Amino acid sequence: MEPKVNNWEFCEKPEIVVHETDLLLIGGGMACCGAAYEADRWATPEGLRVTMVDKAATDRSGAVAMGLSAINTYLGENSTEDYVRYVRNDLMGITREDLTFDLGRVVDDSVYLFEDWGLPIWKKDKEGKSVDGARAQREEMPSLRDGGTPVRSGRWQIMINGESYKVIVAEAAKLALENNRKATGVDQNHFERVFIVKLMLDKDDPKKVAGAVGFSVREHKVYIFKCKTALLGTGGCVNIFKTRSTAEGQGRAWFPVWNSGSNYAMAAESGAEMTMMENRFVPARFKDGYGPVGAWFLLFKAKATNALGEDYCATNLEESRKLYGKYVDSLGTCMRNHMMMIDMKAGKGPIKIHTDVALQTLSETMSKKEIKHLEAEAWEDFLDMTIAQAGVWAANNMEPEKVPSELMPSEPYLLGSHAGCAGLWTSGPEDFGPDEYSWGYNRMTTINGLFTAGDGVGASGHKFSSGSHAEGRIAGKSMTSYFLDTKGEDVGYGEDHEELAKEIYMPMETFGKFSGYTTDPDINPHYIRPAMMQQRLQKVMDEYVGGVGTWYMTSKTMLEEGFKYLVMIKEDALHMSAENLHELLRAWENFHRILAGEAHARHIHFREETRYPGYYYRGDFLAIDDENWKCFVNSTYDKETGEWDVFKREYHQLVP
Amino acid sequence: MPSYVITEKCDSCAGQDKTACMYICPHDLMALTEQVDPITKKVIVNPETNKPVMKAWNQEPVQCWECYSCVKICPQQAISIRCYADFAPLGGEVIPMLGSDSIMWTIKFRNGNIKRFKFPVRTVDAGAVDIFSGVGEAQADVSRIKEPGFFTHHAIGVGLPTPA
Repeated sequence: MEPKVNNWEFCEKPEIVVHETDLLLIGGGMACCGAAYEADRWATPEGLRVTMVDKAATDRSGAVAMGLSAINTYLGENSTEDYVRYVRNDLMGITREDLTFDLGRVVDDSVYLFEDWGLPIWKKDKEGKSVDGARAQREEMPSLRDGGTPVRSGRWQIMINGESYKVIVAEAAKLALENNRKATGVDQNHFERVFIVKLMLDKDDPKKVAGAVGFSVREHKVYIFKCKTALLGTGGCVNIFKTRSTAEGQGRAWFPVWNSGSNYAMAAESGAEMTMMENRFVPARFKDGYGPVGAWFLLFKAKATNALGEDYCATNLEESRKLYGKYVDSLGTCMRNHMMMIDMKAGKGPIKIHTDVALQTLSETMSKKEIKHLEAEAWEDFLDMTIAQAGVWAANNMEPEKVPSELMPSEPYLLGSHAGCAGLWTSGPEDFGPDEYSWGYNRMTTINGLFTAGDGVGASGHKFSSGSHAEGRIAGKSMTSYFLDTKGEDVGYGEDHEELAKEIYMPMETFGKFSGYTTDPDINPHYIRPAMMQQRLQKVMDEYVGGVGTWYMTSKTMLEEGFKYLVMIKEDALHMSAENLHELLRAWENFHRILAGEAHARHIHFREETRYPGYYYRGDFLAIDDENWKCFVNSTYDKETGEWDVFKREYHQLVP
Repeated sequence: MPSYVITEKCDSCAGQDKTACMYICPHDLMALTEQVDPITKKVIVNPETNKPVMKAWNQEPVQCWECYSCVKICPQQAISIRCYADFAPLGGEVIPMLGSDSIMWTIKFRNGNIKRFKFPVRTVDAGAVDIFSGVGEAQADVSRIKEPGFFTHHAIGVGLPTPA
């Protein structure tokens, strides 16, 4: 096909807005809100300008937009060493223990702040009964900071009344930004509905960040941000694989549907080193609604069984040990998936979680009032964070205290903050850890001045909401330090503003130029619309890279077949069209999804073992191979040639 | 269709500084559109202003997460959710009423059963968060920027562990 060109003949040229700042925060979720809060304290007295750019409205952006019913990382009485052991165990023996330890030792401080700012945290009263966060405050029970006892739903998790969790955290971040804005005398430092699509590097040093560019999804404006240091905090990657839902239910992704892999794609295009992009998360959740199971398993002590009433994690243990040895006994999340799938494939489904038995058992020793409270707690678990699951129950006349529910492993997701560890290779803490994991600034990528946090930091999962906030704070402080140390250096990109605007708006020009050629703008030989582009990516990823269609199975030969299609998807992406700014948003999200998906496939291709059974399988290397693969798999991408360089990095155990 | 807008109730937030659902939707789904009469296919015009009547709609329902942000924020209570039709039977509904310190939920089952729940949402009023009180009063000491820990750790004097 003829290459597309944008001469502004068929689409109105946007205004180009240039904004200069010192610290640029790309994203508005937990990580960037944490960064804004901490950076304000360090950077404002030094006169440095902090700017946040969010593609949505910060009150309800990121993975916590809907709310949460628990904070999954609160160490409290636990040791930081034990936190590292837990994370390492669930990530099948490989984690950056320096990053994990560093996060674990500070994360509680963010939880204390959330409570200060008004997040209701459940407490235990003197009789050991659970009390909601508002009543706990009314009754003047001590805060967590002052030694209050949270309600643990697991060793690391605490229960909250978290409907407004993100709104509260956003308010604090906005206050910090406002403080910085006033002190530095700028007109605006918080941009909502501006989608950053590319990073820019220094014209003389391609290993140094110099800015970022994006566009408004509301007004015809291209935004160019000049900065010396930037934080990529744009979340994980959702909807790169064919979904189990077939139509409108595709929006009911387990992870936020707006996480489009921007963090991974923009970093890869800049040449930043990626790590563990082969890792993925396949949550086993309530079927279709993807409601959370954590509180059901850990707090309410519900059991899951196959249709014969068997505990699949007991009956399939010995069989699983043959391939996965000692990893079976530690029973990480993927291993539980693996044993569940053995039964599903054997026709022993449906797999059910016995919510009814759990609640009835708990009710046996309870008063009527307490039973009512228990029922409310069970429903709140969904209503705080996955309201759709309550909708699924209501639509099916299911009351969890009366009937069990079906569980289902979902389509795969890429993320670095939850029970997965895909992301960027970042520098570790300054005060401990191997030299090869540290090159000066905590959470800085291999591009100078470019930092990341939350889902962006690879090889260190199980941070969740509180950990992402805390990691953003680590990065915000580190960015200030980097800025102060490099004050004298000149930084500037070489890109031409006009050319950037042309590239960003290309899909709009394409639509304007060609849509009239056919009577139906959806079917046109000159372009592909973003929604169809996404479907095409999802189908290839599903069939060749181990999606639900193959029971998460792939191999060298399957991947290599898939690469052929991925290359053409990348070529055709340049022919995407966009009718309006909303569709332009989707087009650029899909540019990002495609590259994130390719990184995932390239990494799986390189790692010749099945490190995460239950998440994906290499059919040609079905076992775990510690001798050759107890290491990180890292990569860099060359955007000029489209080539990936994939290689091993050594794993160092720091905690016995 | 996941979120849907009840025609009668939506006033497009006319007279307010922004259209609430459009402002809040994390995935840019809610938009304003001209209303077309379903029978005559003609754009409906407001006889007083002689301008097309604008209403909100979910422009891309397959991308809706059912996060209910639009439902919770709508000042007219004009937005509801019809659960994903590719897997959920008709007739169930989940209705939030978000207040200043709590949220009231009504769950309507397909068979007509109803459950109601009320949960707290915050213990500090919206707009009253103070990041400069309590521990937040502390200042960062830039001479300690290379030391581990946040400004709060430094202020309280908490030492941080390293791996034993």
